[in-house]
Amino acid sequence: MIIAQQKPIKDIAAMIEDCKKVLLVGCAGCVTVCLSGGEKETEVLASSLRIMRRLQGNPLETVTITATRQCDPEYIEPLENLVKDVDAIISLACGVGVQYLAERFHDKWVVPAQNTMFVGGSRTHGVWEERCGLCGDCILHRTGGICPIIRCSKSILNGPCGGSQYGKCEISKDVDCAWQLIYDRMKALGKLDKLMEIQPPKDWSKSRDGGPRKAIREDVMIG
Amino acid sequence: MRLQYSSNIRIIEMPCSGTIDHRVLLQAFEDGADGVFVAGCMEGDCHFQKGNYRAKKRVNAVKKLLDEIGLGGDRLEMYNLSAAMGPRFAEIANEMTERIRQLGPSPLRKDKAGTSRKEGDVA
Amino acid sequence: MKTESKLQKLLDSGHFAVTAEIGPPKHASAHGIRHHAQMLKDYVDATNITDCQTAIVRLSSIASAVHILDCGLEPIVQMTCRDRNRIAIQSDLLGAYSLGVRNLLCLSGDHQKFGNEPSAKNVYDIDSIQLIYLMRRMRDEKLFFSGEPIKEHEPRFFIGAVANPFADPFEFRVARLEKKVEAGAEFIQTQCIFDMERFERFMEMVRERGIHERVHILAGVTPLKSWRAAKYLQTSVSGMIVPDDIVERLKKADDPKREGIEICIEQIKHIRTIPGVHGVHIMAIAWEEVVPEIVERSGLYPRPKVE
Repeated sequence: MIIAQQKPIKDIAAMIEDCKKVLLVGCAGCVTVCLSGGEKETEVLASSLRIMRRLQGNPLETVTITATRQCDPEYIEPLENLVKDVDAIISLACGVGVQYLAERFHDKWVVPAQNTMFVGGSRTHGVWEERCGLCGDCILHRTGGICPIIRCSKSILNGPCGGSQYGKCEISKDVDCAWQLIYDRMKALGKLDKLMEIQPPKDWSKSRDGGPRKAIREDVMIG
Repeated sequence: MRLQYSSNIRIIEMPCSGTIDHRVLLQAFEDGADGVFVAGCMEGDCHFQKGNYRAKKRVNAVKKLLDEIGLGGDRLEMYNLSAAMGPRFAEIANEMTERIRQLGPSPLRKDKAGTSRKEGDVA
Repeated sequence: MKTESKLQKLLDSGHFAVTAEIGPPKHASAHGIRHHAQMLKDYVDATNITDCQTAIVRLSSIASAVHILDCGLEPIVQMTCRDRNRIAIQSDLLGAYSLGVRNLLCLSGDHQKFGNEPSAKNVYDIDSIQLIYLMRRMRDEKLFFSGEPIKEHEPRFFIGAVANPFADPFEFRVARLEKKVEAGAEFIQTQCIFDMERFERFMEMVRERGIHERVHILAGVTPLKSWRAAKYLQTSVSGMIVPDDIVERLKKADDPKREGIEICIEQIKHIRTIPGVHGVHIMAIAWEEVVPEIVERSGLYPRPKVE
């Protein structure tokens, strides 16, 4: 899922400092799962902003709602009535949701409450970690199911580098060396010889580097 | 026990301190409370296993939030005691009251402006 | 494949080579580089110039190499994968060759987190092994990285790589060295050695696989100035091992700098007895002045001449 983290409340407040009435839109998708932008977090943010603004002598009126997802136009449509008389929309969705709202309600001031960080999963309750490099050309079958693009700080395909020590990456003791993990996994699978093959340079044009990407399924497109 | 404690305490009963969350605490302040304290069972004695640990974490998170939004985390506190500890409850009530008295009334009491509306759950 | 590299000629004719390392300055004058080059040129066969080591912005390796050439010393350009994509790498190396550079060391490069520009974009378009492979292919098959032919004047570098016997996983280090040799590495410089026992185990594994007959391995050494310097390397540099007894020895010494030099000379003398090691790489960054003494007292002076 997409993992996002809320911006400091001071920063969010600054984005809407000239507004008298705002709509806060939560998202029941990824950000609910990573506990940063769901219904509860939306209520807490609304309450916090109201208190903050009251203390400043500049009261704020809030309307809150949580959409099933903000990344599908059909789930944004029902918001139209609420959007009419607000000065701004605060989206607690990931960057995608913010953009969809901004596009649909293009004459409204739409601001992000979150910093969208990465694509990842839960480690334990309350801890999420980055796992996928979104490279558009998955090679997990060559590395024992461990992604070297994103879990190796240098995206090395023929690792490890000389900074790997005690199973940790040179950048931090809290970061596992992806290539130590790959080595251990491939060894356990009896496939170490695969690691002796020289992996050629990656085609980064399939990744973000090639420009914004699209995925299309002709067979489901109607009319 | 008929012990005396400050008359300015409004008690809200909940089945477990673990049922409080950020929203409930913030709402108390928005509705005009000068101070809020959460009285949970002694650590290790929670009937629901870890309810009071969860409460403690949430109280700490909201204290931090209250500092960030300018109301002050000192107005919120978590205490642990058993239902049998009458004198301790009185002690806490007085302690908290004294603390809030020092801090003064909540600045939110001055005006009741700033409304909110929740549109219901998921669109 | 033969190149015009003097270092290659020396190594291929069986001489025990000596290389040093110069760290360029954090400004735009080559005065210090040239001074070091003059000082080192009779004592070493070639010198590396680091490429923004620890991701700190410094005068470039290639530009430094040109100054060093001008002083009569052979440079080894270091090219990391951290800051340049394949377009810039090829372009810079074509330029370096045209300016007279004949030796290239390919490495991944320290992560930018360590340097003075941690906000910089991380490039790492290709990794060090791909770089070795593609530069060898450029030389021997006359192909750009894209596969497009180079019609003429292909750069013919003597290609080197690094090996770190002190990083993990230890068992895989020799395999990865072999992979670099397969890719085309012709000389290797190791990370500086303090744990001699581990290096010897590494070399044993190297000899078992016959790698020492396919590539020239130069053992890395660094003279330490103080026990604090030793401690720093021990605790704060990933992939480095410094045994406690070295730290202790420097702590107890009356003249730690002198002791550091003595340790280095002892190491070199011992390294010369290890079969399969074809040279020594003296990394005395910010202390280049001690290299002549170290070379002399290790019995490696004068350096052999090459036609």
